[in-house]
Amino acid sequence: MSELTLTVMRLGFLAVLWLFVIVAVQVIRSDLFGTRVTQRGSRRENPSPRQAARQQAAPPQQRGQQSGGGRQRRGAPTKLVVSEGSLTGTTVALQGQTITLGRAHDSTIVLDDDYASSRHARIYPDRDGQWIVEDLGSTNGTYLDRNRLTTPTPIPLGAPIRIGKTVIELRK
Amino acid sequence: MSSTTNAPTHHTSTIGAIGAPSRRNTELALLAFAVVIPVFAYANVGLAINDQVPAGLLGYGIGLGLLAGVGHLVVRKFAAYADPLLLPLATLLNGLGLVAIWRLDQSERLQQLAIDRFDVFSPSAPKQLLFSALGLALFVAVLIFLKDHRVLQRYTYISMAAALVLLLLPLVPGLGDNSFGAKIWIRIPGAGTIQPGEFAKIVIAIFFSGYLMVKRDALALASRRFMGLYLPRGRDLGPIITIWLVSLLILIFENDLGSSLLFFGMFVIMLYVATERTSWIVIGLLMSSAGAVGVASFASHVQARVDAWLDPFGCYADSGACEQIGQSIMSFGSGGVMGTGLGQGHSDLIGFAANSDFIFSTFGEELGLAGVMAMLLLYGLIIERGIRTSLAARDPFGKLFAVGLSGAFALQVFVVAGGVMGLIPLTGMTMPFLAAGGSSVIANWALIAILLRISDTARRPAPAPAANPDAEMTQVVRP
Repeated sequence: MSELTLTVMRLGFLAVLWLFVIVAVQVIRSDLFGTRVTQRGSRRENPSPRQAARQQAAPPQQRGQQSGGGRQRRGAPTKLVVSEGSLTGTTVALQGQTITLGRAHDSTIVLDDDYASSRHARIYPDRDGQWIVEDLGSTNGTYLDRNRLTTPTPIPLGAPIRIGKTVIELRK
Repeated sequence: MSSTTNAPTHHTSTIGAIGAPSRRNTELALLAFAVVIPVFAYANVGLAINDQVPAGLLGYGIGLGLLAGVGHLVVRKFAAYADPLLLPLATLLNGLGLVAIWRLDQSERLQQLAIDRFDVFSPSAPKQLLFSALGLALFVAVLIFLKDHRVLQRYTYISMAAALVLLLLPLVPGLGDNSFGAKIWIRIPGAGTIQPGEFAKIVIAIFFSGYLMVKRDALALASRRFMGLYLPRGRDLGPIITIWLVSLLILIFENDLGSSLLFFGMFVIMLYVATERTSWIVIGLLMSSAGAVGVASFASHVQARVDAWLDPFGCYADSGACEQIGQSIMSFGSGGVMGTGLGQGHSDLIGFAANSDFIFSTFGEELGLAGVMAMLLLYGLIIERGIRTSLAARDPFGKLFAVGLSGAFALQVFVVAGGVMGLIPLTGMTMPFLAAGGSSVIANWALIAILLRISDTARRPAPAPAANPDAEMTQVVRP
């Protein structure tokens, strides 16, 4: 076998080996399973109190509009954002699924918080696509704004839901 | 009241993992790539040595492809959400190992050496292929029968006993096989020798994780602060001292520096991960160096290894250990940056154990620094996926188990690669997946299977919650 062929094969083999390593690393890069964390520093993303107040005022109108029953209404929240607590910055896309919150390991959002019950609360869309928060008989309660929940309650956009030290809200 | 009954779609998803991709197709593509590379290497070796494409190329390619394909189908069926990288990485390393073993089988010098020593030369590559197939069979069996890694938690203390038995088996008279200076093999009549330590590695990880999961609070919280370190209470030192003594016993009675370092190191890593206390690492390092120095001062086998490490060329002519290390370092040196090309090196000069303990030197010579770096990265990726699995796992047992297994794997790679390069004293362990040796390949396939099982559990979208018995009660009352 000629010297040239062997040299080409030698360098070619090294190139192929490295190509495999690079492809594997690319796979990992797009395979960041687990929590998708957004930048914590960007405080500007949080609605200012005034905005929040405006958003809280909006729901009655929205509810008027939504009786048509379309799934993706205008102004419907698209994500749930944790704005306080150890999970700050975590977002969950709202796609018609039930989101469970609690200390139980199989919760959608696992709260590492002594004040949370293992199955604390859940957030789900009702038939009209309105998102509802329901307390699942937790010990320390779930608060929407300042009020402790007793019944499943629709969530206005941007209203803080407080569980222990964690605060979450729905955003567009 | 009638129309407002809540009807939530019972479909919960994990945070961020929108639609939780199973990534099995990525795995398949990478797996095809991982089979093609060793086939290329095989053809390259044949062309370099015999000037022709080796006759077994097609058979070898199909064999490796078949093994990989079976592995993939089983993962697809039984662990659909498992990590996509582990199987291709292990397949690639196993394939490259087979090629290197076959390449060393072609060496006339090694054939002559075997005939001088054992009167007969039998090629190692077919045996290794058989062991790989057995390893894959165990891989399949683990994935099929181990539905949930948490059941292993029940066997915490049984695992401890089993691991101790496995570790001490080579010392049983009549069963142990004292060859090559270390008593780490047992001979089973008719079936050859096996190295129980390789399996003990996995079994003892079960014990460490089960034990530390229960005890970690006591080990982490009860401590005094001294010079910036949290020192544990005296009575909490019990477990680490026990493990230390056991690993010293292995070192003294089995003359095996490698396993003793592996078990102690693994325990320290898991202790650190479980308690988040740096002090355990400091204590562990102090204890292991004290133990190693103490044993080296009176065990001649260990002493020879240390001498060979300190100055391999000083005693090159008169000590077998020095000669091996010297040869190994020279083969790395002659490889240079780009290597001599597959099949064109002279790593067979290492002679004895060239295709097992010193197989990495063959890669060092024939693929050079560039190839060795790539191979170390492949190992690094396996370890990284293991630790990623541990981070993603939601149960504390799975977390510790995954970190223990990847820690053991990492230590083994470090100890062997460091040993053949002269960075640390040579310990006589096998390079996972590369080296010729049945126990090692089989045990490492089982290790990969367990990591896949844990990562499947970790990445699988949460099952729909059980139907709530008071679902009728929860109705939305609209104002």
